[in-house]
Amino acid sequence: MSVTKSTKPVGIEVSLAIAEAVKLAEAEVVAAYPITPQTHIVEHLSDLVANGELSAEYVPVESEQSALSACLGSSAAGARTFTATSSQGLMLMAEMVFIAPVLRLPIVMAVANRAISAPINIWNDHSDIMSIRDCGWIQFFAENGQEATDMTIISFRLAEDKNVMLPVILNLDGFTLSHFIEPILFPPQDKVRKYLPPYQTAHKLDITKPISMGLLGAPEVFTEIKKATDNALVASKKYVSKAFDEFGKIFGRQYKLVETYKTDDAETIIVTMGSISETATVAVDEMREAGEKVGLVHLRLWRPFPVDELRAAVRGAKHLAVVDRHFTPGFPEGPVATEIRALMYHEADRPKMSNFILGLGGRDVPRNHFKYIVEQVKGLGASGRQGHYEMVGVLE
Amino acid sequence: MIEIRFHGRGGQGAVTSAELMAQTAVGSGKYAQAFPSFGPERRGAPVTAFLRISDQPIRVREKIYNPDVVVVLDPSVMNVTKVDAGLKDSGVLIINSAHPAGALRQQYGFKWKITTIDALSIALEVLKVPITNTVMMGALSKVMGVATPDDVREPLQNRFGPALAPKNQEAFERAYANAKMEA
Amino acid sequence: MKNKVKITMEATTKVGDLPFGFTAQPGTTREFKTGDWRSARPVLDREKCIYCGFCYIYCPDGVYKDMGPKEKYYQADLDFCKGCGVCANECPKKCIQMVVEEV
Repeated sequence: MSVTKSTKPVGIEVSLAIAEAVKLAEAEVVAAYPITPQTHIVEHLSDLVANGELSAEYVPVESEQSALSACLGSSAAGARTFTATSSQGLMLMAEMVFIAPVLRLPIVMAVANRAISAPINIWNDHSDIMSIRDCGWIQFFAENGQEATDMTIISFRLAEDKNVMLPVILNLDGFTLSHFIEPILFPPQDKVRKYLPPYQTAHKLDITKPISMGLLGAPEVFTEIKKATDNALVASKKYVSKAFDEFGKIFGRQYKLVETYKTDDAETIIVTMGSISETATVAVDEMREAGEKVGLVHLRLWRPFPVDELRAAVRGAKHLAVVDRHFTPGFPEGPVATEIRALMYHEADRPKMSNFILGLGGRDVPRNHFKYIVEQVKGLGASGRQGHYEMVGVLE
Repeated sequence: MIEIRFHGRGGQGAVTSAELMAQTAVGSGKYAQAFPSFGPERRGAPVTAFLRISDQPIRVREKIYNPDVVVVLDPSVMNVTKVDAGLKDSGVLIINSAHPAGALRQQYGFKWKITTIDALSIALEVLKVPITNTVMMGALSKVMGVATPDDVREPLQNRFGPALAPKNQEAFERAYANAKMEA
Repeated sequence: MKNKVKITMEATTKVGDLPFGFTAQPGTTREFKTGDWRSARPVLDREKCIYCGFCYIYCPDGVYKDMGPKEKYYQADLDFCKGCGVCANECPKKCIQMVVEEV
């Protein structure tokens, strides 16, 4: 029996669960090239296509550049399109990634986040996605397997919303999320069909009504095209909330753009993205038991950045300790911290900011890292200034 | 929550053991989480796998540093890895070995309760291959009370298919019947 | 605030007026007559022409039209011919001459 028919939670590897969610979403084209740690997602999809469970065209391309090129083509032809990649694969794909949002092609891509070479490393951090941060796609970070599964379906619904029509990247931590066996409750197929009707669009290559896509944008129009695309991305935020709310109504699992945990009276708030967030909640519980006024803010939506939601979530805190899983060589802060500091700059009652880089290239992120961070923040003294990021646990 | 660490060698099924035990636990209504020590996969190299089973949702995703139980699928790993590292004071070692617990305690200086089971002999006899995972699952399930032969039937069926599942079920049950916690 | 500085504007289309996904209708080059770019036009000597089709094949703008087996020649559409002279250069019988356009 197919796991997606189970009405109870199934113990399954998260990568396979994502592939099953793509099946439930009835994707029509999958073009992908396998790369660790994304491999199990596309391997399982090719199984599902081969054994007839998913009626889709699986295009086994020869590189990631070809993978997304094929996806651009199939999405432009009006097909519901999925791909997945990681690290060096995303680097090879980069040239194509920036095209999809401008052409308004609603491709969904899972990125199993992994470090970029050198040195060669197959393990998790966020350096791959941060290097193409400005690609213009809607971007999520999944926290656990259930969320990654649900978010796959939500991503298609959101991407194809007539008011959105933008590609979506679903980030999931390589190995520490992608290769975990976890209990997953699969959304029933009939309800998925209700939530995600077949993709229909007039914005496609149709031989009866031909159009040209992928045009030259001369200086006279380039600025306007970029502005139009960014307007669309910024405006998509309310449809993200709408897609979450409708998912919550149908399936009973409600997601938010920004999650808060025990932040109400928190003096120090840790800010995280991705699968370390749940571990951080356990650390918060343990610190609370020891009397620390600490809370957690977890960004689920990364682009468009949930500006107002973030500001509201951290209001009242004395310290923000922002965690980055990537750093910006030659700059004193990682990308997430830099952005949040910029967003807080004009706030009248802004917290002291500090930045901690951790979990690079697969280094484990245990609870005590978060406790260490809070201890460091408390020791900053009256100025509250950190001055430069701290790489937690670096041996030097 | 119970935290279990598996030590074996690539190809012996340490990762599969953790996975199948997690699927078994989820199948019987519990929460569980299993993951390998990630890296290049090489047959024969020492490998570690991790398993958490709980009645509550599991949030922590760090490696297991202080396990309640350590399962050793290949006794030769004990010569190259400190398998009891971080084991809780109340912890238990479940070791595939033809030797009695006392002998292992003397050789490696273990201070914990030990269960030994000659999993290699059972595997060779029942499965005809030196893969000890389902045998060790049987020993673990009995000693720690985390699963019964009925609980594992479906996960074994899904994993091994109709040809191999009955033999693995038999291997599990042989260990389940014979494994005894050291007094 | 009223701006004192008047900035140079090169834009041609408002953000809101752009086609969705920046697409274009096909065949728009038909509306865009490039014949006035020409400084010399090809003139064919039909006596020497052997109807080989080289001009038709080599023309980078596809302006030559096959006049058929009865007429046995190709005619350049001067609405679009840019006067590059490739046809004259490639003609094996040298029966196309580039004649300077009078202004």
